[in-house]
Amino acid sequence: MNSFELLLQQLANGLTLGAIYALIALGYTMVYGVVQLINFAHGEIFIAGAYAALTVILMLSGLALPWWAVLGLCTAGAVLGCGALGWGIERLAYRPIRRAPRLNAFITAIGMSFFLQNALMLIFGATDRQFPTLIPLVRWQLGGVTLTLIQLVIWAASGALMIGLQGLVMSTTLGKAMRATSQDLVACALLGIPVNRVIAITFMIGSMLAAVGGLLFGLYYNTINFHDGYLVGLKAFTAAVLGGIGNMPGAMVGGILLGLLEGLGAGYLSAQWKNVFAFAILVVLLLFKPRGLFGERVAERA
Amino acid sequence: MRGSSKPTWAFPSVVQMLRVEGLVAGYGPTDCLMGVSLEVRAGEIVALLGANGAGKTTTLMTISGLVPPRAGHIRFEERSLVGLPPEQIVALGISHVPEGRRILPRLTVLENLELGAYLRTDRQAVRHELDRALSLFPILAARQGQLAGTLSGGEQQMLAIARGLMARPKLLLLDEPSLGLAPKMVVMIFETIRRISRDGITLLLVEQNAYLSLQIAHRGYVLETGRIVLTDRADRLAQNPQVKAAYLGG
Repeated sequence: MNSFELLLQQLANGLTLGAIYALIALGYTMVYGVVQLINFAHGEIFIAGAYAALTVILMLSGLALPWWAVLGLCTAGAVLGCGALGWGIERLAYRPIRRAPRLNAFITAIGMSFFLQNALMLIFGATDRQFPTLIPLVRWQLGGVTLTLIQLVIWAASGALMIGLQGLVMSTTLGKAMRATSQDLVACALLGIPVNRVIAITFMIGSMLAAVGGLLFGLYYNTINFHDGYLVGLKAFTAAVLGGIGNMPGAMVGGILLGLLEGLGAGYLSAQWKNVFAFAILVVLLLFKPRGLFGERVAERA
Repeated sequence: MRGSSKPTWAFPSVVQMLRVEGLVAGYGPTDCLMGVSLEVRAGEIVALLGANGAGKTTTLMTISGLVPPRAGHIRFEERSLVGLPPEQIVALGISHVPEGRRILPRLTVLENLELGAYLRTDRQAVRHELDRALSLFPILAARQGQLAGTLSGGEQQMLAIARGLMARPKLLLLDEPSLGLAPKMVVMIFETIRRISRDGITLLLVEQNAYLSLQIAHRGYVLETGRIVLTDRADRLAQNPQVKAAYLGG
């Protein structure tokens, strides 16, 4: 493998990771957009998606279904489960304190994160769980670069979801209402937009994207742990801030950029230090661009 | 403007549309409204006058369901509005154009207007409403694709009113539509209010420009620190020494 091939290989690996970060980062940024809240429990929703998918896979294991049927069913399970989880969190924990001071919401979000972390640990255990490969191990050698089918699936799935989401937000009535709600809650209520429902749907969509991220994460790394929610969630949050929190294309670009940089850092410097790169990049970027790459506004609103 | 379209008999109808009785509401521990009662009849323009902090905006916000009343009744066409969420109140036929316009700055003019008809499913009729709103304010037609935040203050006010009309309300609540606008624009907005009224929409108007609002209104109420202290036909209010001293600059 020559140096150019190493570069391409690390970019391919980074792009895969970045696609997963981007899916999760979208949830942080969408929720921040409508309620100006950093949903710290979002990382746990992500890993809950992986656990939900794993549960469905184990339930189906005796049926000898083809792999694509299992993939479809476990995707559905993860998406529906996390959609319900996101809805429930908003309804039970965040809606009652929506008008409370920001610090209350902040503490509630952190509390919700801990609560879910411990709940997941109690339900699924504290040790690593094996995640079935599911997708056939097909690999292609392109020059010195190795691509796998699972990488292509991850790129295609997140690409399709991001394009679909962009279409939903830009050209449907619901999308218009979501963008409007992120600008002025009171004005929207006076227009007859059911803002509570729009906020709940936003939480659900963000959680569903995280669920797909969780499933892809499990398929890619083949082992999941309840701790992964915290670390991967924190990095996806970093990606959202990198792109400018509240800005959806920013979250997509931020996620992919972070994945690429992490891939390059792991390939050229040291794999053990890859988490340090992610956060060092964030610190440096925020020094020069406090609102992130595409940020229009920061939390000025009370 | 006086006399051009307002009949001297002042009361276009006796059909009651909105009735507010003994309304108490506020934020936090204090009550801003301490028993407000007023009524609006179908076809009327009713002006709500009062100094800053008297409770005019809170009155409108409570009618729209954004501020929960602590006591009192609000009835709209014989239905109680108390406890209904804002979207149901809009669906019943009340549009509220809030103080400060509150257009959605990062949506286009057209998207703002479309959201005004959010609850309506009759696409054909909405299309018709859009054409009417745009013909009422031709400048908005020219700026349809522009982000609403780039409009001038007067244009934003026109957009806010047009957006309120998109819900096809029976009653339009207007909160300080002329605030901060250039004199020419103020006259234009008041002309528009009159046109809206002639189209059969009932109006409850909160205005710091008491002179102009009493010119176009049929009746008026004067609100002071959360209480209605005076009510009369608009032409009589304009002659009232108290009103003259407090709101018409002597």
